[in-house]
Amino acid sequence: MKEMIIEYIKKEYLDEDEADDMTLDENTPLISSGIVDSFSMVSLKRFLEKKYGVMLPDEEATPQAFDTVTSIIALVNKHLAKKGA
Amino acid sequence: MAYPAAVREAWLAELAGIREKGIYKEERFIHSPQAAHISVEFPSGSALREVVNLCANNYLGLSSHPEVIAAAHKALDERGYGMSRVRFICGTQDLHRQLEQKLTEFLGTEDTILFPSCLDANAGVFEAVLGPDDVMISDRLVHASIVDGIRLCKAMHDTYKHCDMGHLEEKLREHQDKRVRLVITDGVFSMDGDFAPLDEIVALAEKYNAMVFLDDSHASGFIGRTGRGVHEHFGVMGRIDIITTTLGKALGGASGGCVSGRKEIVELCRQKARPYLFSNAVPPPIAASAIKVLEILSATTERRDKLEVNATFWRRGLIDAGFVIKDGESPIVPVMLFNAKLAQDIARDLYYEGIYVVGFFFPVVAAGQARIRTQLSADHDIPMLERALESFKKVGAKYGILGLDKKGIIAKYGL
Repeated sequence: MKEMIIEYIKKEYLDEDEADDMTLDENTPLISSGIVDSFSMVSLKRFLEKKYGVMLPDEEATPQAFDTVTSIIALVNKHLAKKGA
Repeated sequence: MAYPAAVREAWLAELAGIREKGIYKEERFIHSPQAAHISVEFPSGSALREVVNLCANNYLGLSSHPEVIAAAHKALDERGYGMSRVRFICGTQDLHRQLEQKLTEFLGTEDTILFPSCLDANAGVFEAVLGPDDVMISDRLVHASIVDGIRLCKAMHDTYKHCDMGHLEEKLREHQDKRVRLVITDGVFSMDGDFAPLDEIVALAEKYNAMVFLDDSHASGFIGRTGRGVHEHFGVMGRIDIITTTLGKALGGASGGCVSGRKEIVELCRQKARPYLFSNAVPPPIAASAIKVLEILSATTERRDKLEVNATFWRRGLIDAGFVIKDGESPIVPVMLFNAKLAQDIARDLYYEGIYVVGFFFPVVAAGQARIRTQLSADHDIPMLERALESFKKVGAKYGILGLDKKGIIAKYGL
């Protein structure tokens, strides 16, 4: 899941030269560093919902929850577990 | 009255946080009319300082133009100060409709509706015409008021990388199941001064059965051969579905904005757009002055031509002096400094050299993209700009950045 999300973020939010220059890992701040702005994170949310078959409610899909790939994975996993329960 | 101590403390802490981050905004008191030369009190209580203004949106120098002022005086005497009402009850004078018709003619659209500001136009238009079956696909660097308008609308929202037509095409393909696809862009992007590639946007919109929204606030009156805007520059007049623009920049500089475009869209705004329905009409002196501005601009391109000469001179001068600037053709010329503190220090030093500019940094622009945004006016003249360039060179030399490229400046000052 981690690689898939990082790949999507690079493709969706970074220009090619930026993607080459930048090291992006699961703990890189996304929103607070300005890589992804809160206005544009809707496409990431839709990608996650479609890819993993979950609904991420707006009140939980906050800039804080989307600030690192680690926190994004935690949110997706929480909803996957709910779905499986 | 209850003003709980805990709430007060929380707000004080928030204000302290804004100060700590260095993003606390302070007003500077101008003791003269808006113009290329102004008299400024800053910090508050200081002696007045005469400075060259390089940060106003007064692109055509019409904010204090004698004919514009005379038109306002005449309307003030003949039609009064304010309307004390919203447009659709008893707030519409013939002046308002005349101005709407003049704007329609000037922008080359089907109809126009005035709003108290362009921020209000952007806040109201999407919600008035789009619904849950539609999608708004916006450039990622559109103005904050468009972001707010999009957030107020129930249509789906998506974004594309700044001016990236490949990415926009992907998004248009992805959203083919929607009733309306509305591509949303600024004409000139206010922080970078670059143009949206409107000819390509229109071509893609036509290919994928989408509509186009253009906020031309930083273009109306001076971009394009006769100053009609970015749609004139790219030869796509008549092919933009919605144009919003402001009367608060080149077109007189007071206040007011509009939605101009397809007749039905304008009519729906007149019925449903909340900032139009629930806010007072544009005051008569402003409506009359804006009519005068459009008459001036329709009679001659002299002012936009002079602005173009000034902008070209200024860009060339900064490059020759060894500054890093953003490429472009508009009168918005960002001097790139990358480091936020450096941008603030240089802006401060320039002020004491008699040049009024402001440093911009994250979160107003992307992190590591701090800059001083300079803006030209038809009110500037070449000797004035030559003197301003000397001041820029002096301060640039003090900080040792002349001739350094992006990497060099970052190596010296960090990000």
